[in-house]
Amino acid sequence: MTRIDDNPAGGRSAVTVRGLVKHYGETKALDGVDLDVRVGTVMGVLGPNGAGKTTLVRILSTLLAPDAGQATVAGYDVVRQPRQLRRVIGLTGQYASVDEKLPGWENLYMIGRLLDLSRKDARTRADELLERFSLTEAAKRPASTYSGGMRRRLDLAASMIGRPAVLYLDEPTTGLDPRTRNEVWDEVKAMVGEGVTVLLTTQYMEEAEQLASELTVVDRGKVIANGAIEELKAKVGGRTLRVRPVDALQLQPLAQMLDELGITGLATTTVDTESGTLLVPILSDEQLTAVVGAVTARGITISSITTELPSLDEVFLSLTGHRAGAPQDTTPSESREEVVAV
Amino acid sequence: MSAATATVTPTTGADDVRIPLRGHLRHTGALIRRNLLWIRQDPESMFDALLMPVVFTLLFVYVFGGSIGQALGGGQGKYVQYVIPGMIAMMSMTLSQGVGTGFSQDFSSGVMDRFRSLPIGRGSVLFAKIAVELLRMLFATAILMVVAVLVGFHISSWPGLFATVGLAALFASSIMWVFLTLGVVLKSAQSVQAMGFLVLFPLQFGSSIFAPPKSMPNWLQHFTDYNPLSTLADAARGLMTGGPVAHPVWVTLGWSVAITAVMAPVAIHKFRTKS
Repeated sequence: MTRIDDNPAGGRSAVTVRGLVKHYGETKALDGVDLDVRVGTVMGVLGPNGAGKTTLVRILSTLLAPDAGQATVAGYDVVRQPRQLRRVIGLTGQYASVDEKLPGWENLYMIGRLLDLSRKDARTRADELLERFSLTEAAKRPASTYSGGMRRRLDLAASMIGRPAVLYLDEPTTGLDPRTRNEVWDEVKAMVGEGVTVLLTTQYMEEAEQLASELTVVDRGKVIANGAIEELKAKVGGRTLRVRPVDALQLQPLAQMLDELGITGLATTTVDTESGTLLVPILSDEQLTAVVGAVTARGITISSITTELPSLDEVFLSLTGHRAGAPQDTTPSESREEVVAV
Repeated sequence: MSAATATVTPTTGADDVRIPLRGHLRHTGALIRRNLLWIRQDPESMFDALLMPVVFTLLFVYVFGGSIGQALGGGQGKYVQYVIPGMIAMMSMTLSQGVGTGFSQDFSSGVMDRFRSLPIGRGSVLFAKIAVELLRMLFATAILMVVAVLVGFHISSWPGLFATVGLAALFASSIMWVFLTLGVVLKSAQSVQAMGFLVLFPLQFGSSIFAPPKSMPNWLQHFTDYNPLSTLADAARGLMTGGPVAHPVWVTLGWSVAITAVMAPVAIHKFRTKS
């Protein structure tokens, strides 16, 4: 943080992006992106595959030159001051990875040396970070033998060696199972607690909600919405309630009843016969309580009620009126926050 | 825990973008260590350096040795004296290839992106690769000399042997810049290897390494005359077993310097600008 404050050009913004453009032939990976990440906050960049998230991170870490526009990190220009910039960033992503053939400890030691730590400091730092990310046991094993979660933790440790002022997390949990994903989230939260500024790209609304305080939604190289996460969530229309009656025959009558009572959110209730559940859009906790009350009053036995965050698709649908780019991004609703389990 | 506070003391001033020489050496050293650890992790990667000198020496000496030796006005023993110095030239070329293949792996695995996002000179990554390949070459040369002595090779000048190894290393490092460039430009390790093969074979066999060019057709003799592998092989013969030295040594030095002068900037530039 001293790095940022020491730099007169940095101000209070750790990352400043203005009109950033990157084209690959006909494809506009970035088509005039503006972005500000305030010091000590986590900015989530949410978008489907091909939205330009990774291109953005690659430009901000000097791996790629922009075609037009400006970007500074901690006051350093990505094009004119790449060396100083590289000293204040940490990168963990789909592409920047550790050396699989090297043991965990050796990976960290090597990066320490490449960041100009003395031999002794590099050793201490490697030990310290392995301990912190619970990898001490696996220190001597090649990273190729690590589980997915251990790999990501080693990636995180590697990006923390230089005590970066700004950390890029490029889809840090893509491809991880839910438990491992939670582990990674906890680590990221701990790092944020220590004051690192984070730029996080993700395809999952839930991940953004867990980690970010502000959100920028991108699609086809353009920013389509940004703001505090609560604001955007309100815009998107709250949550979805998933109700599972014990008797699947109750699905239709229940849906009809809830619609008639008019206690659902903007959209109408839908029946998901495949999973035997009812999807009820809600805007507030009052509506949630009203739905539970109505179900109970009818005497319908239910086996579970869960609330879910809107999926990336639903976010896009409500922000842009069209579905997110690639079909493989139609991930089902991500969050399963158990509120009632009967 | 103090592990990850965001405070960092700048090690260089805001205007100081140049990396000091000590820094370059430190970075290259750290990357050499990495490449050596690769070998420890995967000892099979040394098989080529270990077996090539053995297999090729035995093949050439016992398959072609008799007949080519006769043509040289002696026997198999005469051919041993002829071919062993040539083998040093051959190995310098063949082993140089490895530098390019390991390189494109680093790109596809994402390790290279990590390196390129660190505040290190882009050359460090390349220098480290070259240094480790040269160590492999020295190892292979040592094996070759042991096998050579076992099949009856006689070294008439030990300083000549060391001079030969130095000259071969210099030439090999210049060739490595070519393979580094291929490693950066070509998409897969396989294509680097395939390309390497296409370049290596004509150069190795169209030279004075395995047989004296006197019996070759005229056009091929012209090629072998200018082929740096011929001059390296001739220089090695002169230095180790006696004979003309000055001309082949100078031509080989000239080639090495010229190739490095052209290809090192190209490799570094391609590496720097690869996206």
